Amino acid sequence: MEYIDNLPSMDLMRSEKMTLVQLIIPVESAHRAVSYLGHLGLLQFRDLNDDKSPFQRTFVNQIQLLENFPQVKRCAEMSRKLRFIKDHIHKAGLMPGLKQSPNPASQPDIELEELEVQLAEHEHGLIEMNANSEKLQQTYNELLEFNMVLQKAGDFLLSSGSHAADQETELDENIHTIDDYADTASLLEQEMQPGPSNQSGVRFISGIICKSKVLRFERMLFRTTRGNMLFNQAPADDQIIDPASNEMVSFSFFMGNILNSVEKIVFVVFFSGEQARTKILKICEAFGANCYPVPEDTTKRRQITREVLSRLSELETTLEAGLRHRDKALTSIGFHLARWMNMVRREKAVYDTLNMLNFDVTKKCLVGEGWCPIFAKTKIQEALQRATFDSNSQVGVIFHVMDSIESPPTYFRTNPFTNAYQEIVDAYGFHKNVAVGRVCCNKRNAKIFLHFAFGVIVGWLTRLVKFEVSGNVVVLMGYLFGFCLCEMYLKIYSSVGRYQEANPAVYTIVTFPFLFAVMFGDWGHGICLLLGALFLVAREKKFGSQKLGSFMEMLFGGRYVLLMMSIFSIYCGLIYNEFFSVPFHIFGSSAYKCRDATCSDARIVGLVKSGETYPFGVDPSWRGSRSELPFLNSLKMKMSILLGITQMNLGIVLSYFNARYFSNSLDIKYQFVPQIIFLNSLFGYLSLLIIMKWCTGSQADLYHVMIYMFLSPFEDLGENQLFRGQGVLQVILLLLAVIAVPWMLFPKPFILKKLHTERFQGRTYGILGTSDMYNDEEPRSARQPHHEEFNFSEVFVHQMIHSIEFVLGAVSNTASYLRLWALSLAHSELSTVFYEKVLLLAWGYDNLIIRLIGLAVFAFATAFILLMMETLSAFLHALRLHWVEFQNKFYSGDGYKFRPFSFAALNDDED
Amino acid sequence: MYGFEALTFNVHGGYLEAIVRGYHSGLLTAADYNNLCQCETLDDIKMHLSATEYGSYLQNEPSPLHTTTIVEKCTLKLVDEYKHMLTQATEPLSTFLEYITYGHMIDNVVLIVTGTLHERDVQELLEKCHPLGMFDSIATLAVAQNMRELYRLVLVDTPLAPYFSECITSEDLDDMNIEIMRNTLYKAYLEDFYRFCQKLGGATAEIMSDLLAFEADRRAVNISINSIGTELTRDDRRKLYSNFGLLYPYGHEELAVCEDIDQVRAAMEKYPPYQSIFTKLSYGESQMLDKAFYEEEVKRLCLAFEQQFHYGVFFAYMRLREQEIRNLMWISECVAQNQKSRVHDSVVFIF
Repeated sequence: MEYIDNLPSMDLMRSEKMTLVQLIIPVESAHRAVSYLGHLGLLQFRDLNDDKSPFQRTFVNQIQLLENFPQVKRCAEMSRKLRFIKDHIHKAGLMPGLKQSPNPASQPDIELEELEVQLAEHEHGLIEMNANSEKLQQTYNELLEFNMVLQKAGDFLLSSGSHAADQETELDENIHTIDDYADTASLLEQEMQPGPSNQSGVRFISGIICKSKVLRFERMLFRTTRGNMLFNQAPADDQIIDPASNEMVSFSFFMGNILNSVEKIVFVVFFSGEQARTKILKICEAFGANCYPVPEDTTKRRQITREVLSRLSELETTLEAGLRHRDKALTSIGFHLARWMNMVRREKAVYDTLNMLNFDVTKKCLVGEGWCPIFAKTKIQEALQRATFDSNSQVGVIFHVMDSIESPPTYFRTNPFTNAYQEIVDAYGFHKNVAVGRVCCNKRNAKIFLHFAFGVIVGWLTRLVKFEVSGNVVVLMGYLFGFCLCEMYLKIYSSVGRYQEANPAVYTIVTFPFLFAVMFGDWGHGICLLLGALFLVAREKKFGSQKLGSFMEMLFGGRYVLLMMSIFSIYCGLIYNEFFSVPFHIFGSSAYKCRDATCSDARIVGLVKSGETYPFGVDPSWRGSRSELPFLNSLKMKMSILLGITQMNLGIVLSYFNARYFSNSLDIKYQFVPQIIFLNSLFGYLSLLIIMKWCTGSQADLYHVMIYMFLSPFEDLGENQLFRGQGVLQVILLLLAVIAVPWMLFPKPFILKKLHTERFQGRTYGILGTSDMYNDEEPRSARQPHHEEFNFSEVFVHQMIHSIEFVLGAVSNTASYLRLWALSLAHSELSTVFYEKVLLLAWGYDNLIIRLIGLAVFAFATAFILLMMETLSAFLHALRLHWVEFQNKFYSGDGYKFRPFSFAALNDDED
Repeated sequence: MYGFEALTFNVHGGYLEAIVRGYHSGLLTAADYNNLCQCETLDDIKMHLSATEYGSYLQNEPSPLHTTTIVEKCTLKLVDEYKHMLTQATEPLSTFLEYITYGHMIDNVVLIVTGTLHERDVQELLEKCHPLGMFDSIATLAVAQNMRELYRLVLVDTPLAPYFSECITSEDLDDMNIEIMRNTLYKAYLEDFYRFCQKLGGATAEIMSDLLAFEADRRAVNISINSIGTELTRDDRRKLYSNFGLLYPYGHEELAVCEDIDQVRAAMEKYPPYQSIFTKLSYGESQMLDKAFYEEEVKRLCLAFEQQFHYGVFFAYMRLREQEIRNLMWISECVAQNQKSRVHDSVVFIF
């Protein structure tokens, strides 16, 4: 025991030692101190103003004492301006300036006030420039449209002149049909009976309209004039921006500006009568059609066209000059933009943090509380001293450690390698909370999210079921969704390991990839995975700096997990002797031989053992033999039970170390000891039997032994006996198991009750005064003691649940490890199917095309089904084995994550 | 098939029900209202709202805010949510969702027609229309001179067309006519919606018939009160009441003959659910009636969320969100006009 205590401490074994510290910062250096702490990023502030609404807080509004302090609101306003400018830069297509300036520190820091003034200027300038150019643009577009209408409508008018006769008859017909249709034709229409000479009564309106509206427009015109009109249209064929909305309207298809292009149509409506004219004009207005007058006279038309064209070219040059000017301004802003945004963001974070601090009674200094890891204390003190010095404050920042009753946050110092494993473990918090159904929803987001999650899962599952996709895929998708949701959930709510409890991540680093590999044992597939993982690891620097898609990000985050998984699966594949389900003779020749030279009866009678046992892994001769499945099944099944029992025992042992660390002898005596006895007297014994059977080559039936151990413990074992005294040992083990159950159930709650009554004997009244004093001094401090009521029935029920869970869990968890066997079997069978029924079958034909097709199908099946789906399912099963079967033995996972106030994290969040 | 929706509902409706429940939990809470009522300026309101679901819609607004901007952005959020749901929905849910907007459509038609009657600018009117009730040719409403034209030119293309069968007259439009048209349309709409919900059956029918009956009764009471002292005859008034609801048919008979508000009250007090509403009001007072009705409605709408596997939640959510926007509008108006003492007058809390 001494030895264990004296082991050098390891970062990941337990979370960092934390301490609660109090800062008393003079007002004049508060801002600087907090921003230095943000640079350091090792202190998590506690919100001491939780009960105040956001706009009641100190730094939201300016207060007398701190006149030159910018406020949160001002920061918000500035970031809005920055977003506005950024949008404009995006729109103008000027992106190079947005790149992170190489060394932000090298540029001189400008004051926030100065920046505010500058930003206001820039915004004002931009708005003005936009307004100017918009006005010009509108005129320009109108002219452009006018030009178009002139051309197209001119064509119509020309053709209508030449085909006047046709048109008249058409009009004639129209009106006759209307007459037949409507009995009460108005006076106007009757008047309009056209004679051949009455052509001057026909007038027209020309204009331009969006293509999407043209059908409805025509219908509406038809209805209002009762068909008494002629509608001519022609698609415009030039690039225009709609004058009203100022949106880019691209007509030419080859310009490729599809983003906000609206096709437009030039129309000419011929009608007669003044009333119809007002109606049509109203409709034009309602449909957003722009009408332009087109003179009937050809020479006049030409003249107007010329004028329009000359004005157009003038406007074009003006517009271009304006655009150049704006681009120049934007580029110069864009150069600083990233730095400014960063600065404002930081400033806002600083004020948000300042808002968490309490004002001292004298209003001279701010009082803050926070958690920091013990190793960071000196660094924080240094930063604070620097702040005092830099801000020429006469009073230094007071920094002292306080003792706390509240549990500190959990903080692990991880590196890129261990980080992914730590996250796998942390995701357990989610799993557990959902399983127990006590997700506390004090945050709106989480609540909404849960509803969404519920809906997404239910909706998808039911949709899938309806489409009769096989059950397996449904479950898989469910898991997949569940996992993605875990990921998202983690970002909202992290419930990590309890402070300083044993961290399963340390063991997970090895056991997780190993259990994965047991299910995914194939060194061919393993090599493929390895290549993928190596690619990700090799491009680490490149990928790390850029933003990836959500799926890629997940892959990239787990690159080291993937690497380990692939190495282990190569190892397990070598043991299983599988390479895309092809057996290889790597470690020498097989131990088995045919009975005769022809090998004709190999499948019926079997082989004989001739040489040495195959040195490593499964003998390749098993492949394809009739007894392949029974042999491998027995091997893998027993192996998974052994692995499971080992891992569960490790879990229980860790619960011992936890209890020891928190010096909780009660847990050791009444939880750890009976648990380890119970598990090992039943399943530890089974493991022993398995190993003995392997070593001795006995034919004993282990099912029989285990079942009759319970049913008739005193009966003779007969031929199933593996060693002498087995019967007696079984009875003893059974007795031990039976004793262990009440042992872990009853003593602990009763002892707890006794301890409680002893502690509070004769103390019926609480201590007066102290809690009030605390309240006056520092409300909501972590030092306030929480009085917990001791409720015996609750404790007892809790212990009962725990015991029952363990006893039942011992059986069900052991059975659960059989998934290792099941998935590995499924994997090897699947790959056999693809190899034999696809690749070999296709190779049997002497046709290149069929062979190629077979190869392609094989490659796709390997890549998508075996490498992607199977990896995913093996991953999820390994995850489950760790979360449920391993971690429920010792891991409570109800801590909260250490979230230091840090500028670095800030940038990651927002980008 | 009442009671068996649970088996099949989630096949098509599960996803959207989850979505709408998620939206529902995004409604402002008591604490939010508390904070909002303490705001000093519109900027404070914006700042507070930025911590809520409305945040992303308001964050890019430049600082001198107006009440209209806040309301506009909040409505925009509602519309976005509605559109999202509508695009995801399958039959019959999509029809159900469309039904929800018809009410706004009627209001918009009436708004435009009244506006053009008083010679307002069409664009200006269009801006005032509720975005949920927009349809393509709404701007052309200005062309119409009488009901017949209105129907023949514009509305025949809209889903409102069938509701028009009762009010096609060749009379010129005037305020009175328009008001009657609105109520006739609304009556036809409610009855149609009611029939549609009955056709859907199950929990949807049960819950929606309750909600729609309340809506119909409220309209009946409002029509009665508003038509006191106008030239509307008893029979005409009787015709505007929807043919379902708790008051149908005997309550309608009594309401139709009411001559002042106290008679309305006497008629209504025979119905226990409405008795409680009227007991809150003193005699002769009708201003607070609206609020009392809204409160009752909110209570009923919230109850719709107690049950699962029905479409009532969509209706209820839209209504609750509209009520919330009304609340926000009132609060920001009060804040903007420095009338903070009146903040609580018209705010209906949604919990």
